[in-house]
Amino acid sequence: MKFLKAFGQFWYDFIIGDDWKIAVAVVLALVVLFAAMTAGLFGDTGLTLLGGALVVVAFSISLAIDVRPKKR
Amino acid sequence: MDAATWGLIVATFVACFVEMVEATTIVMAMGYTRSWKSALVGTFAALGALAVVTVAAGYALATWLPESALQLAIGGLLLIFGLQWLRKAILRSSGRKAVHDEDAIYQEEVEAAKAAGENKGGLDLFAFMVSFKGVFLEGMEVVFIVLTFGLNADNIPGASLGAAAAVVIVLGIAIALRRPLSMINENLLKYGVGLLLASFGTYWAVEGIGIFRDGRESLGWPGHDLMILVLLAAWLLLSRIFVSALRKPAAQAPAVAGDVPVEVKK
Repeated sequence: MKFLKAFGQFWYDFIIGDDWKIAVAVVLALVVLFAAMTAGLFGDTGLTLLGGALVVVAFSISLAIDVRPKKR
Repeated sequence: MDAATWGLIVATFVACFVEMVEATTIVMAMGYTRSWKSALVGTFAALGALAVVTVAAGYALATWLPESALQLAIGGLLLIFGLQWLRKAILRSSGRKAVHDEDAIYQEEVEAAKAAGENKGGLDLFAFMVSFKGVFLEGMEVVFIVLTFGLNADNIPGASLGAAAAVVIVLGIAIALRRPLSMINENLLKYGVGLLLASFGTYWAVEGIGIFRDGRESLGWPGHDLMILVLLAAWLLLSRIFVSALRKPAAQAPAVAGDVPVEVKK
């Protein structure tokens, strides 16, 4: 059990790192892109540009949350 | 060699260079304060373990996953890695996070080595384990970067060449200087690697979403590989905007360079 916990912790630290919001941002951006593709909204060019924009926006939001002024 | 291969070699070289500097600091601290023999045995044991992981993971990924799934899975992970590095670089450049300092990390490792007590056996287990862990953990990131870049660009030898060159150069500098490589601007290098990983990660992860459509064909970016340069410029621009926007006012910033807080924790 202890080994499993340490094993899980290693992979969590390795992949998620010290800010889980980044991983969530990437996954959310890709999920929205998947939804746009499934809905047949754009062709390849539109979808890739949308995907790039979604990743940039998701990262910006996660960083903005990170540095927001803390309530006293 | 074409531009894409050079880009691949440069990307893996810089990423591996940064990780090697960190691993070398830990091994040097163990070698000088505990035992060079045990530190080097730990280093080579970790390198052996990394070689096994590289071959096994490389074979499994290349054999079992279709191209678009590979792009999505490892492109997504590369993107997460890259954005983590970029986030830290932005926070450090804007004065909101302590800068990484190899001298401070070296001192911390030396203190830990002294506090661990004397070794009575043949192999110093403390020096062995700390060296093994340091090299293995830093090396895992390099293995991952080499595999992702190599498999996606269909050029594992090119990616390995970049990483191997970094290992040789860092070891050469460390042996010549015999002290931690704190003169290397690691924070700037990490910023560059973050930009590269974020750009390649965005490119591949978005392409890989095509796994979910009929035919499982990757999405195609306009301009193909050239789009990576556009993404690189976009991430650079965004990061500079964030650095400017987040920079602390002069009153809160450290008065002199020597007062800049340093990060000693990994």
